[in-house]
Order: sequence, then C-alpha cells, then structure tokens
Amino acid sequence: MNTVVLIKQVPDTATRIQDRTAKGRVDLSGVTWVVNPYDEYAVEEALRIKAAHGGTVTLIALGPERVASALKDMLALGADEAVQIVDPAFDDLGAQGTAAVLAAAIGKLPAPPDMIWAGWKGVDDDQGLVPIYLAHALGLPHVSFVVQVAIDGGRAIVQREVEGGKETVTTPLPAVFTAQKGLNEVRYASLKGIMAVKRKEIPAWDAAAIGVDPASIAPRAVETTEITPPPERPSGRILGGAPSDAARELVRLLHEEAKVI
Amino acid sequence: MHIWVLAEARDGQVKRISYELVTAARALDDSADVTAVLVGSGVGPLAGDLAAHGADRVLLVDDVRAAQYSPDGWGNLLARLAREDRPDVILGGATARGRDLTPRIAAGLGVGVASDAVEVGMAAGRLTAVRPIYAGKALARVVVHSDPQIATIRPNSYPPCERPAAGTVVAADAGDYVAGAVVTHLEAAASTRPDVAEADIIVSGGRGMAGPEHFALIEALADTLGAAVGASRAVVDAGWRPHGDQVGQTGKTVSPSLYIACGISGAVQHLAGMKTSKYIVAINKDPEAPIFSVADYGIVGDVFEVVPAVTEAVRALRAANG
Ligand SMILES: Cc1cc2nc3c(=O)[nH]c(=O)nc-3n(C[C@H](O)[C@H](O)[C@H](O)COP(=O)(O)OP(=O)(O)OC[C@H]3O[C@@H](n4cnc5c(N)ncnc54)[C@H](O)[C@@H]3O)c2cc1C
Ligand SMILES: Nc1ncnc2c1ncn2[C@@H]1O[C@H](COP(=O)(O)O)[C@@H](O)[C@H]1O
Repeated sequence: MNTVVLIKQVPDTATRIQDRTAKGRVDLSGVTWVVNPYDEYAVEEALRIKAAHGGTVTLIALGPERVASALKDMLALGADEAVQIVDPAFDDLGAQGTAAVLAAAIGKLPAPPDMIWAGWKGVDDDQGLVPIYLAHALGLPHVSFVVQVAIDGGRAIVQREVEGGKETVTTPLPAVFTAQKGLNEVRYASLKGIMAVKRKEIPAWDAAAIGVDPASIAPRAVETTEITPPPERPSGRILGGAPSDAARELVRLLHEEAKVI
Repeated sequence: MHIWVLAEARDGQVKRISYELVTAARALDDSADVTAVLVGSGVGPLAGDLAAHGADRVLLVDDVRAAQYSPDGWGNLLARLAREDRPDVILGGATARGRDLTPRIAAGLGVGVASDAVEVGMAAGRLTAVRPIYAGKALARVVVHSDPQIATIRPNSYPPCERPAAGTVVAADAGDYVAGAVVTHLEAAASTRPDVAEADIIVSGGRGMAGPEHFALIEALADTLGAAVGASRAVVDAGWRPHGDQVGQTGKTVSPSLYIACGISGAVQHLAGMKTSKYIVAINKDPEAPIFSVADYGIVGDVFEVVPAVTEAVRALRAANG
C-alpha cells in the first residue's frame, strides 16, 4: 500500500493575523511556521497503514524554501521519502492551480500511489479545496472528513464525520482521503528519527522537472480584495451577586434583551 | 440572474441549510430565478417543501442509481447538468455534504469556489463573499472571477426563506451515472441533542468542569435549552468528550445565536472557533480569564454553583411562560 501525504506549511495557530498593507494579504513576517495540524493526522494514518500493510509513505509539499523544514519534521516520524515542489512561478496559485501542480508531481513518482492523504483544510485560509480538486484532476474518488479507515483488498471502508452522526463510505482504491480530528493520536519524533533526517537531502522539483508549463495553469479564480479584523464585540456586562441571583438575571437578559432563549 | 442552490435532504426531510441558501440567493438578487437542485431516489415529494421555502424551480434527479450520496458520482452528474442549465451562481452549504460536493462540481467545471462564506453579495456583476480565515481571526473579502460563480455558505448565516414560490419541477436524468466512493450507511449519533455544527444554542464545558462526570451539569443546561454540548480541546484531549464536540481552530467553527462557555479560559484557538456567535456568555471563577473579553454577559463564579443555578432559572422561566 503506497501512500502519498500532502503537507501544507501554515502559521502557528497562536499567530496574530493582520493585514498591514490593506492589499488583501496577511502580514506573515516573523511568523512561526508549522505543519498544518490536520496533515499531521494524515501522516500518522499513512504510517499506521504502512505498518499494517507494508509499502511506502511519500510526502509532497508545494511552497517556498522554508517548507523543507515541515517535510523534515514529518520525515522524522518515519515517512520514507519527501519531495518539495518549489518554483517562483508557483508562488501565487489558487486551490485549482495548486492541485494541478500536485497532480503533475504525483505523476512523476516512481510508482503510482494507492492512497493519497491530505488534511481536510489548511488552518490558514480555511478553504478545504485542494484535495478535492486534486482527486478530480487525477480522475480518482475521494472521501473527506475521515475519522476511521479499514483497507479491504482493493477498496477502503471509511467512516466520515457528518452533522449528527457518521457516514460509512466504500471506495475503490486508489483514492484521495482527507483527515479530520479524531482519526488517530499522532506520535512524536524520536531522537533517532530527528538525527536520521538531519542530513537527508530533500529533492526539489521545479516546473520543468514535473513537466508543467506555468502558463497553462488556471489563474486564481477567487481573489482576496480586503482583509479586515473581525468586528469588535461590544464590551460585556459582569453580573454580580449570589450565584442564584446572577443566574436569574442572566436568564432574564437572554430572554428579554438578547431574545435568544 | 439564474441561481442554483444545492439542497440537502436526510431521512426524507429537507435540511434547513437548503432554505438558508434560498435566502442567500435572494440576497444576491431578489428577482433571481432560484433553482433548488435535489438528487436522490424517492426525493420527488420533497419538491413541495422546497417550493414552500422559496424555490422557483426544483431541478430533480430522482434515480435509484444515485440513491446513495457519492461525491464523484453526484459531482460529475451536477457538473454536466450545470453545463446544460447554465446557472450564473451556484450556492452550497458549508456542511459535511456541501463542503464535499460543491468543490467536486467546481472541479468538474474547472472553476473556483469561495468556501465557508458567512455573507455573499454582488459587486460589479461578480459574486463577492466574506469568509473568515485563520478560524475567524480575520475576515477576507473575496471576489469570484470564474463562471459559474460558486460559494459555500456556513449554516446559520442566513435565516431560512419562508416566502413560497412556484417550485416548478424540472426532472433531469442521471445519464450514464457512475460512482466510485459511495455512502453505504449512516449511523446517527446516540445522542438526541443537536450537533454543535448546526445548533442554534451551544453550551460548552472546559477543564474547569474538573472531570467527565461533571458534564452532566452541562448536559442538563443544554437539554433545558434544546442546545448542543460543545467542549474545549483540553477536555477532548483528556478523553472527557468526543472529538466531534471540540470547538475552535482545530475543531468546529460555530456561529450559534447563543454560546455559553463554562470553565473555559478562552485561549486564542478556542475564541477563533466561536467568536462570531451572536451572544456569548462566560462562566468562570477567574475574573481575568480571556473568555470574558468576548462575552456579552459574564458571571464570575464556580461552575458547580452557577451552572445548576442557570439551569434552574431557565426552567423557572419556561414554567412562568407556560
Ligand atoms: C495547534 C493548536 C490547536 C488548538 N486548537 C484548539 C481548539 O480547536 N479548541 C480549543 O478549545 N483549544 C485549542 N487549543 C488549545 C488551547 O490553546 C487551550 O489549551 C485550550 O483551549 C484550553 O482549554 P480550557 O479552556 O478548557 O482549559 P484551561 O485553559 O485550563 O482553562 C480552564 C478554565 O476553567 C476555569 N475554572 C477552573 N475551575 C473552575 C470552577 N470550579 N469554576 C469556574 N471556572 C473554573 C479556570 O479559571 C480556567 O480559566 C489548541 C492548541 C494548539 C497548540
Ligand atoms: N501547497 C500545498 N502543498 C501540499 N499540500 C497542500 C498544499 N496546499 C494544500 N495542501 C493539502 O490540502 C489540504 C487542504 O488544504 P486547503 O485546500 O488549502 O485548505 C492540506 O491540509 C494539505 O494536505
């Protein structure tokens, strides 16, 4: 069972987000970069699938130089290979373009994957689009919000989280899967793992290496024109007194003033 | 303008998000021709409900082969029908179904999606959307350049449309339908409470609840309000509550009309997921807890005293109002 895991590097979740330039671009100077948390679940699942069924785990990330550190962090957990796609021509791709480039890169791997794993969304732009465009580009089925997976010969039986329950989905392989929280508990890198990747060379492929003509890529279809802070919340009211009095006052306000109960 | 809304149904009932999407479509253009699109088997009788909630047309694919949801099967089918019916705009829900299906249709059409919008509009003839990014730490205003113009809209962003329309049924056929990934079974959660992702009121508990057994207090308050139960990541990671209940940057981003946080400190990652709630109540013994900075109403006190007192007060209110 050969798996490919898509890795996106995102700002640490504690980062303050602002647009100092008012140009529709978040100011990311000084940001600490981490692996998208949902991609960590995807890597963990791929490692478990390898342990149970054999095969290899290959990581792919598209992004600037700094992204190599995200790949190293995930290699240290036990993934076999990593590839970085880096080319200035790919600096400002939309979800569709990103998926087209990733699809081309996957096509250059020595063996086609049986499973492609990704996070259900990046916790930066919160889009949740790239893996689904990728599945379409590769002509594969996909299952999103996966919280459990079992492999049964040439197919996978998958649980996905939906409102108020879980759906069971059966899909032939190869297919694309996106990880939701609850899929697994991620492992931590061992010292041995960290040492082993220190010197590992990560191949960097550019547009020519994956055979993509940048001019052929769909232009960004969704353009950000402005980024604003969320509306300030009016300063609230602290209700004092004994717990039972404060509780009664709260319920009165929710009923009469806010009209939400 | 011709607008498609991707209706959702489950257990023989149209889901509320479908009617919210009709309202969003009317917000784009009140005189638009709004087509509710419904796929499944035996779904024909639901067309009347869509008409009662503002659909001018109901594009119906009622076919046993498409009885079970399949993202690739339905996605390819609807991409083909969109090429024939030529909507200007397609709106889906930012739900487990809509976030899965809408991008698959967009991929089939080779166009973009503005996902998880909380507001949509038209500017210079193009679809615009406001979408929270970084889990609500900022709002991005986006414009969609490709056609048809596609967005998914977060539940609770618009009220359900209550204005009836003709709901003329247009039957479409599934053609040479093929599906790869297919839903074979739906297991409803054991709980009868609403899901955090859909609920109008959420009562959430954090580490201040001191142990899973004390969530009975949270559940009692939730049940008197008809609310969902939510949780901070600290309690989910401790195994006190299921993963699906987590609210925040790596959990659910929610916008209910009322969010009650009990024993939750209000870490940035938690606030990110619930700050867009209409009203926020915080109950915490630490007056300095950051959760109070976003709360409309706060009670500084012990959750073990205050939460049961609030439950009691809600019961008293209900009793007084019959
Ligand atoms: C990558 C990443 C992603 C994350 N994603 C999320 C996320 O999605 N959601 C999330 O919630 N967190 C998330 N976190 C974790 C977050 O940083 C906090 O650790 C977490 O939210 C704390 O949960 P808490 O408020 O329940 O616990 P604490 O911070 O320990 O707060 C407990 C609160 O309870 C109060 N308290 C204690 N006893 C009582 C009492 N008897 N009566 C009243 N009040 C009492 C205390 O005053 C305190 O304010 C994430 C962190 C990281 C690093
Ligand atoms: N530039 C990228 N390189 C590799 N994987 C990506 C990239 N962008 C997105 N992905 C994958 O797609 C998932 C969803 O991302 P997004 O569609 O950007 O929200 C991420 O969790 C990654 O697994």
